Amino acid sequence: MKQEYIITVYSENHIGMLSRITLVFTRRKINIDSLTVSESAIEGIFKFTIVIKSTPDLIVKVVGQIEKQIDVLKAFYHTNDEMIYQEIALYKVATEALYENDTIEKIVRNAGARILEITREYTVIEKTGHKTETQELFFELNKFKVMQFIRSGRVALTRDPIERLSEFLKERDAVLEQID
Amino acid sequence: MTTKKVTGSQAVILSLLEEEVDTIFGYPGGAIMPIYDALYDHNDHVKHILTRHEQGAIHAAEGYARVTGKPGVCFATSGPGATNLITGIADAMLDSVPLVCIIGQVASPLLGTDAFQESDVVGISMPVTKWNYQITTPEEIPETIAKAFYIANSGRPGPVLIDITKDAQFGEFDFDYKKCTKIRSYLPEQPINKFKIKEAADIIDNAERPLLLFGQGVIIGRAEEELKAFVEKTGIPAAWTLLGLSALPTDHPLNVGMLGMHGNYGPNQLTNHADVIISVGMRFDDRVTGKVSSYAPSANIIHLEIDPAEIHKIIRADVPILGNSKKSLKLLTEQVKENRHDEWLARFRESDKTEQEKIIQKELFPEKPGLTMGEVVRIAGDKTNHEAVLVTDVGQHQMVASRYFKFRHPRSNVTSGGLGTMGFGLPAAMGAQIGAPDRKVIAFIGDGGFQMTIQELGTIAQNKLPVKIVVLNNNFLGMVRQWQQLFFEKRYSFTELQNPDFIAIAKGFGIDAHKVEVRDDLESSIQTMIDHPGPYMLEVVIEKEDNVFPMVPSGASVSDIMLEP
Repeated sequence: MKQEYIITVYSENHIGMLSRITLVFTRRKINIDSLTVSESAIEGIFKFTIVIKSTPDLIVKVVGQIEKQIDVLKAFYHTNDEMIYQEIALYKVATEALYENDTIEKIVRNAGARILEITREYTVIEKTGHKTETQELFFELNKFKVMQFIRSGRVALTRDPIERLSEFLKERDAVLEQID
Repeated sequence: MTTKKVTGSQAVILSLLEEEVDTIFGYPGGAIMPIYDALYDHNDHVKHILTRHEQGAIHAAEGYARVTGKPGVCFATSGPGATNLITGIADAMLDSVPLVCIIGQVASPLLGTDAFQESDVVGISMPVTKWNYQITTPEEIPETIAKAFYIANSGRPGPVLIDITKDAQFGEFDFDYKKCTKIRSYLPEQPINKFKIKEAADIIDNAERPLLLFGQGVIIGRAEEELKAFVEKTGIPAAWTLLGLSALPTDHPLNVGMLGMHGNYGPNQLTNHADVIISVGMRFDDRVTGKVSSYAPSANIIHLEIDPAEIHKIIRADVPILGNSKKSLKLLTEQVKENRHDEWLARFRESDKTEQEKIIQKELFPEKPGLTMGEVVRIAGDKTNHEAVLVTDVGQHQMVASRYFKFRHPRSNVTSGGLGTMGFGLPAAMGAQIGAPDRKVIAFIGDGGFQMTIQELGTIAQNKLPVKIVVLNNNFLGMVRQWQQLFFEKRYSFTELQNPDFIAIAKGFGIDAHKVEVRDDLESSIQTMIDHPGPYMLEVVIEKEDNVFPMVPSGASVSDIMLEP
């Protein structure tokens, strides 16, 4: 049975890393549902957060093949319930619709969203949450016509009390020392 | 080392010398000209082999790497020069061959502008390289080349590509070389888990019908002696994969032959009777496993492997042992009890008898008038005292040669396994001959594959490489024809060839050649070829529609191996 997995890849900051990582999915014809790349807490190490649908059997192989890339430090995979994750969505609606009555304001308040910017023509609303939540808000707001909509890739943290990458780097250093 | 000011292209050559490179296979062109110019000053230190096509250079580099264990080095220019290498790079990727390919690239300001002979080589080669990198400043050259050699030949080896822009080749900087010994993000081999060794040893000690499968990992890890010690202590029958050939002498009493689609009857069929399988440095390729769901159903699998991504990839391992097989085999040998499995081994020998009667006898000692590939291989093997390096192309002749050529020494088999690259044989043979100048190198090549890289006869002639080339000519793309016969109702769709006069071609290149059409002429002609001091081509006209058997049909279980159509 396929289910959603969050893959976290830590890599050196080298050109072409994104291609090397995505090639592993392309080869097996796996679609990437969402992708976020940014520098991690450790300077110079980049973190890729990738959401795909996979079977438990396949995810192990895919992550193994990602980790095999020379400039990849470590790759982890988790099911959704093992991680705390969020996506951010922005919605642009006509400011006029806001003035007609207080429905939009109520929707925004109930959804825990906030208003980022109001101009004479448009208002931008921001909502952070899971896809189902940002999608639901889109559905509500679209009754008043959403002019533009964008949702980010996922960002995610493990529920572990320790930073797993730092642990990993310590272990790796020890192993590399041994090899000499 | 003191630093000195050099150009980028001089730095390339100096870096290669630091890595003790003695041979470069290549082809010049616009974007790599500065490097070739720097090479001109080092003719005394490093040999450059000018091939007739970049594909020839890359397969030659593979042949060189396979017999020496050192990375093969290749030069090519940008654009078409680089793209012509891709097949060989892909071949090396699948067969874990260490290569360092150095490619010229258009000057950095022109990158991405569709400049003359520009191609995105880093992008194109990414899926088929272990690592690749584009250099745009001369300062990056020493460090990148050091890293390339380290990556190519450590852990599970593979091809590495470095793309160097022309301006980086011209630029000057202070050269200083330091070999690469570690990379933070790359662990070439895992430390061996002693608990797993113990666990495996217990399973092996209690096994009734254990079978060991070994692949090229044993050769790459130079673990041939450790393998021998292990099988001799445990008495476990051992079967090799196509790329494991020569890791154990053919005549070793515990060597039970070849696995795979056209492997031997015993090891294929008895895989499914084994209660323990110990696989060493092999990756359960689909040509070895047949139908995975019915592969070795009753066996506990112990998998000794250097590449973590191979564990559980195809066959679930009950006891995975990550690490270098030289070390893990040694530890395992220390832990296991001395043992014998005479009854079990006898079953392999029983299968051998069946195979001998039904297949081998008539292939090696045919009574029909038409020549067989098997008898050519047998005689060539006997006449070289089984000490030669075997090089094969891809197809029927490859399977026949792999089945019947015998080996006494490791690193004596060069073939394209994973990618099955036709055209590999001839250039790989010349690379193998350069890597092993004191050994006899015999290449068996089909008439189809021969014509894919036939131009390398020119390189062989120019460099006077004493390669012995045996063209097994059946005027067919034989393996495809065999499948058409067996699985496509004899509909021979585009497999028959109208061949040129190979003898005239060889002679045109300045290579002595002879054509054999009847059995009476075969033995003496092979002798003439072997005694010939220089390169020699022997064309043997063989039976047009012979098939290679046994055969595990595609998608069938290894136990369904067919002895006849």
